[in-house]
Amino acid sequence: MAAEAIDTASRKPAAPAIELRNITKSFGSIRANRNVSLTIERGTIHGIVGENGAGKSTLMSILYGFYRADEGEVRIHGIPTPIPDTRSAIRAGIGMVHQHFKLVHNLSVLENIVLGAEDDFILERSLTRARSLLLDLARDHQLEIDPDAIVEKLSVGLQQRVEILKALFRRADILILDEPTGVLAPSEAERLFAILRGLKNEGRTIVMITHKLHEVMAVTDTVSVMRRGEMVTTCRTCETDAGKLAEFMVGRKALFRVARDSAEPGERVLDIQDLSVVGRRGNEAVRRVSLCVHRGEIAGIAGVTDNGQAELLEALGGIRPATGTIRIAGREIDCSRRAASARSMHEAGLAHVPEDRQQLGLVLDFRAWENMALGYQHRFRRPRSRLLMDISALQDLTADRMRRFDVRPTNPSILAGRLSGGNQQKLVVAREFGNAPSVLVVGQPTRGVDIGAIEFIHRQIVALRDAGAAILLVSMDLDEILALTDRVAVMFDGRIVGERITAETDATELGLMMAGVVTESLQ
Amino acid sequence: MDYTTLLQLLDSTLRLATPLVFACLAGLYAERSGIFDIGLEGKMLISAFFAAGTAAGTGSVWIGMAAGIAASSSLALLHGVASITFRGNQLVSGIAINFLASGATALIGQNWFRLGGQTPLLDRDSRFSQIELPFADAVSSIPVIGPFYIETLSGHSILVYCALVAVPTTWWLLYRTRFGLRLRAVGENPEAVDVGGISVAFLRYRAMLICGLLCGMGGAYLSTGLAGGFIRDMTAGKGFIALAALIFAKWQPVPALYTCLLFGFLEAASIRFQNLEIAGIAIPVQLMQVLPYILTVILLAGFMGRAVPPRAGGTPYVKER
Repeated sequence: MAAEAIDTASRKPAAPAIELRNITKSFGSIRANRNVSLTIERGTIHGIVGENGAGKSTLMSILYGFYRADEGEVRIHGIPTPIPDTRSAIRAGIGMVHQHFKLVHNLSVLENIVLGAEDDFILERSLTRARSLLLDLARDHQLEIDPDAIVEKLSVGLQQRVEILKALFRRADILILDEPTGVLAPSEAERLFAILRGLKNEGRTIVMITHKLHEVMAVTDTVSVMRRGEMVTTCRTCETDAGKLAEFMVGRKALFRVARDSAEPGERVLDIQDLSVVGRRGNEAVRRVSLCVHRGEIAGIAGVTDNGQAELLEALGGIRPATGTIRIAGREIDCSRRAASARSMHEAGLAHVPEDRQQLGLVLDFRAWENMALGYQHRFRRPRSRLLMDISALQDLTADRMRRFDVRPTNPSILAGRLSGGNQQKLVVAREFGNAPSVLVVGQPTRGVDIGAIEFIHRQIVALRDAGAAILLVSMDLDEILALTDRVAVMFDGRIVGERITAETDATELGLMMAGVVTESLQ
Repeated sequence: MDYTTLLQLLDSTLRLATPLVFACLAGLYAERSGIFDIGLEGKMLISAFFAAGTAAGTGSVWIGMAAGIAASSSLALLHGVASITFRGNQLVSGIAINFLASGATALIGQNWFRLGGQTPLLDRDSRFSQIELPFADAVSSIPVIGPFYIETLSGHSILVYCALVAVPTTWWLLYRTRFGLRLRAVGENPEAVDVGGISVAFLRYRAMLICGLLCGMGGAYLSTGLAGGFIRDMTAGKGFIALAALIFAKWQPVPALYTCLLFGFLEAASIRFQNLEIAGIAIPVQLMQVLPYILTVILLAGFMGRAVPPRAGGTPYVKER
């Protein structure tokens, strides 16, 4: 295989392995990639970093022929190569290891590897040839695997190995990996990096998509940062550092500052001690986090995506069980697997604006007034009735709140899905802020929201603080954190790695902490 | 019950199981590719009609069967277009096909033959004749096996043997060929097939065509092999029994044969023992007739372990988000 890779090189020695020119791709009204250009030299490991939704996966799916670009050109080894489908990508020597493995769970390793590359109608002949080739590959690259194992019985690390072998089996000379370490234990990740370095030394080109900056620093030669569908920067890894990359990732957009007085913190309202939360993948996403928020204060949690913030929010919202203690106004709330519920949180005076308004915040097929009742439906009973809801009162209240929180159009019967993103978010804000909570937990309140709505929501958050609420704001957007919070804690790898008074810190320091460079314990 | 009775019972088991085997294998191809097909019933029905009608008109049972297969395959393609190309709801499409077949056969039948929706009774030449297997004389002297060979195995129409051959053929296709591997994969994880550079849609259309072919043979057998003409709604739920058999068999061809034979046996027994008395109590014939259905419920409810359908079954494949 190695010899072949050198062959391709000798054809056009100077040409870079991959050249993307002005790639644009839209999904409906969302522009996932805007005029993206990228050049990657052969025989290097290139990292692409960026937040969720920055367009990294879309870009690589275009390179792999899974999506078709609306505009732009792809050159492979200097030759313009249209890639209308995956078959052409494979023919051009491109292999991809997807974030969610594309394996058939009940087939064997060998069957998965030959799938689509069988050269004979009779399966046995293809399998026999593939078996010997696979054993050679496994030996040459320290990728040992049992060809007859059923894929679903393998650990995720081994399943990933099957995906890599699948690409090598198809003679891939360019290998794309999408969030390859997301599902791996640290030791497995180390092994993966060793394999990638080995492949690089044979002359293969590797592109790795990730949002884990220390991995980029550890394994790549060059790195690009994407944000909101655009390519922000490309540089040599040795000439940059994790802090700078973090800053590029979260962006430094010119944002107005909300006029606000300094905080007058009162007593502790939200008190979290040793909170641990198990995440979606069964990993320990939040590790013994302790944190408190005072009355009349906005505390922020900054961090790069996927460092446990989502799970922390869900635990505080009562929708994910946790261990440790959560106290609200001195009263302990049971957050164990048996007792955790959003309703008990509401009753303790906590309101939760979830990170993902479309998944957790709203039912898009429901009307505005129906959405207004979600989570608070028991408060809208008719007098002397246990079953019936007081719909007209609810509709009146919805109309009133939609006016107060500037949700346009002010029509309580509109379907939530018909509202624009900003107005959807304001509807959630209207529901959660409207009940005058003593504690407010907000996740990404302005993600994907237009400037006007951002300003409005920010002002509402500050107003709620001035009314005496304790507010915890989780955001990946450093500007938002700096503009709104009084105090900021940085989460990295499930832990709080540092805490600062917002007025006494800046983006550079926070960026370093977010990248896990400064590890300082706070208590 | 003596040995001769048993042999006769097994003989009719084989006849009655044949349309089930065809339909069950047809469902297997469709569902293994990730398309739920509850329209097996309708496809068999329309094939039964066109097979009998064309055979009555042309006098050739073979042209009849070809017409039946063509009709069944067009319905299969219709289901394919609805569920693959237009990503429609597969249950709705399947139900629609069943209604369409039931209504269209009655309507066209009345319009063409004026016999209340039936086709004319077919004469010997325009029906599938019974085939006597070779060496019947040679084995007749062997006890037990000889009579079994002559009474049970021999003397069926060609389609019965086709059904029996279709089972190992399906097994071989499914587990021993490239097409089979891709078929098994596309029903579980179409994305894996797609990133492998294979067209999901084309693969599923091919599966639907095989499904149409097999349903067509099953329908043709009903009206030109088992019976001597088409009667309104003559499939009488066989397509649904075949689906139940497919679940029993956990979407595998050889177990599918066994379960179809079991259902065929129960039906044969309910016909054979119309007035069965056990320990002085008369068993009503209706009870015998519902036995296959009761058995289905009981077995599905817990006696057979978990039947896991192909993972991607019922969901249209959408690549772009």
